[in-house]
Amino acid sequence: MATIAQPLAGGISHSRWHPVWEWMTTVDHKKIAVLYGVTALVFFVIGGIEALLMRIQLAQPNATFLTADQFNQLFTMHGTTMIFLVVMPLGATFANFLIPLMIGARDVAFPRLNALSYWIFLFGGLLMYSSFVLGGAPNDGWFGYANLTTRQYSPGHNIDYWIIGLTILGVASIAAGLNFIVTILNMRAPGMRLMRMPVFIWMQLITQVLLVLAMPALTVGSIEVMFDRFFDTNFFNAAAGGQPLLWINLFWVFGHPEVYILILPAMGIVSEILPVFARKPLFGYPVVVFSGIAIGGQSWGVWVHHMFANGLGTVTESAFAISTMLIAVPTGVKIFNWMATIWGGALRFKVAFMFAVSFIAMFTIGGLSGVTHAVVPADLQQNNTYYIVAHFHYVLFGGAILGILGGFYYWMPKVTGRLMDEKLGQVNFWLVLIGFNVTFGPMHIVGLDGMPRRIYTYPAGMGWDLWNAVETVGAFIIALGVLAFLYNLWHSVKHGELAGQDPWDARTLEWSIPSPPPEYNFEEIPVVRARDDWWHRKYTEAADGRAVAIPAGAAVDTGRHGDGDGDHHGIHIPSPSFYPIVTALGLPIMGYGLIYFFPLVFVGFIILLLGVYGWALEPVVH
Amino acid sequence: MQHAEPLDHGVAETPSLGVDNRKLLMWLFLGSEAMFFGSLIATYLLYRGKSVSGPFPGHGFEYNIPYTSVSSFVLLMSSLTMVLALAAIQRGDQRGLRTWLLATAMLGLVFVGGQAFEFTSFVEKGVTIHTNVFGSSFFTLTGFHGAHVTVGIVILLSLFVMALRGRITPENSLTIELAGLYWHFVDVVWILIFTLVYLYSAH
Repeated sequence: MATIAQPLAGGISHSRWHPVWEWMTTVDHKKIAVLYGVTALVFFVIGGIEALLMRIQLAQPNATFLTADQFNQLFTMHGTTMIFLVVMPLGATFANFLIPLMIGARDVAFPRLNALSYWIFLFGGLLMYSSFVLGGAPNDGWFGYANLTTRQYSPGHNIDYWIIGLTILGVASIAAGLNFIVTILNMRAPGMRLMRMPVFIWMQLITQVLLVLAMPALTVGSIEVMFDRFFDTNFFNAAAGGQPLLWINLFWVFGHPEVYILILPAMGIVSEILPVFARKPLFGYPVVVFSGIAIGGQSWGVWVHHMFANGLGTVTESAFAISTMLIAVPTGVKIFNWMATIWGGALRFKVAFMFAVSFIAMFTIGGLSGVTHAVVPADLQQNNTYYIVAHFHYVLFGGAILGILGGFYYWMPKVTGRLMDEKLGQVNFWLVLIGFNVTFGPMHIVGLDGMPRRIYTYPAGMGWDLWNAVETVGAFIIALGVLAFLYNLWHSVKHGELAGQDPWDARTLEWSIPSPPPEYNFEEIPVVRARDDWWHRKYTEAADGRAVAIPAGAAVDTGRHGDGDGDHHGIHIPSPSFYPIVTALGLPIMGYGLIYFFPLVFVGFIILLLGVYGWALEPVVH
Repeated sequence: MQHAEPLDHGVAETPSLGVDNRKLLMWLFLGSEAMFFGSLIATYLLYRGKSVSGPFPGHGFEYNIPYTSVSSFVLLMSSLTMVLALAAIQRGDQRGLRTWLLATAMLGLVFVGGQAFEFTSFVEKGVTIHTNVFGSSFFTLTGFHGAHVTVGIVILLSLFVMALRGRITPENSLTIELAGLYWHFVDVVWILIFTLVYLYSAH
């Protein structure tokens, strides 16, 4: 059943276009996924370097490697980068590549809107990073509390870049979210009922709904800060009655759903990997799906747990303490379902599987420290210390990043047609896992020992010296592991072992087409008759429940109906377009105009309008 | 012991919500916009009565409810004309489409013009976006609403030009329907603003 497709030179599809123009005008979800992935990995390295610089400074007490202001810029940009420019775009990478393939579609619902989302993301990230050479990077934390972020207390351009960059990035996220929701709801292959969708698709659906509804709260808060800074309004002007709590509430109403936006895609990835390498279906599929929905719904009711130290009163704090403890329940349910999936399975310890298993362990540790934060008096001790830093790195690095790394090992063969190297993958895995625990484990201890967050140095003799030194060593071990990963990734694109169509003997539809996929994805749109439909095409069940391969040639009637005539000349692919990149370009121009030279705002707006009009009048296929 | 999922040998229906992709996109977008305006309205409500200086409702400033009622009525009527425009094109009435599209855009312009005039009168009473938290939250909220109405007017006039060129037919009338959804949403947001900001200002 394996069809070896030779990876085509230069990318996923061949074309007469000049390669730069081809990538600038692509509307193919697979290429857009590659764009997102490469960009996000570059930002991952940059964010990692920012972390290493901070760890060098903190390795010893009273160090002078960095000044306080430099340190502030680094922790702000490290957090902002990792959340908005790494984990979210990596989620978008997998969403882009996999959603159409897993639901049996040829592309997303709005291919040009998809391209727009990428270009806006790229330009927003570049604008934010240009701040380093244009007067200083944002330096008020990734959460930018007002009124510290008003011009009175942050007079330079640093925060201008942060607030404008974030607003631009928000537009990209909302556009992508709308696109993916329509795609998932409307473009599934015949027979793919909602409860037959892969769990990854369910988790993405919930993530995108959260994004579309949560992002506007941040947008409004950002606009209010922006207006205070540029137009002299009073939203956070204390003398005029402005209240910091307005920002804090708006930010965390966005911010809490945001952390589920960060983790749900990785949970989806893990839910796909475990069954394949345990050769068992996911345990309790409906329960896992409903838990994901519950997490999404409940995520709106816990945001005040980020504000337990803001003096809101015992009634409010108690209510949100309870709601926070309750949200641990559906998460815990998923953990048990994953463990039950592994239990009794015929396990194959490929690197992808190891990352998925380590996700469960590390995320559980992070979840446990999270539950301790839900106890308000305990949180008052933990808040603003390294204990919190430990918690969110365990869930975001130990959770999201490890899951995503597993996703790369699992799906890169589909993207390029070549496997990543397993031996180098083992080196990558152990360096990252060990380095990660050496870095962030001790932070629980120094945090409870009183070491505050966001301090650029600390005095000797507090009992923190040893652990900080250990954490710095751990950070460099992580760096080695990440280097191993990046080398493995890069090397496998051209030199990896040929994978074939279905190297893992997997369960879902993306493995039923060649690696890499043709531009049109499916020669014929499949008809889906069950969950894990691809698995059931390959195997039927013997009387004792064992999977028995269906001999080639005696395959169960696929019931496929084509919309082509066997070759792809009958399939219409959306044509490339340069209007998305033109439209996207208008936004950073407006941003720079706002900061430096107001007439430029109109120039940017006109470019935006030209892009939008050209787009609206351009036919989808020409 | 795992049990196999029963394979479905029945006829496989194409699963979809049954709503055109673009229409679903517009509804979802309006959901996002609802959260956007909700946050702006929440800001306004939070700062009600909290201004430290300068005029604000109940302290040296009153809304002109009759005036705003008239402009609200104008916007409401524009939703009616929008519905008439869609009904016209769905039955192939090109002249009706053009008439009612233009009427909607014109009524929208009257609304925006009325807002602009109302805002200048507020400025004369000493309330600007810079004055206090009332001024900031009021003008930001109504300003963004007015900007959304203006975008809607631009879209309507663009559709009007397309209609003049015969480019809109009953088959592609979805564009009119989508513009209508957006326009009605903007109108609903105004009803909320009128109620919570203007009518509810009486102390």
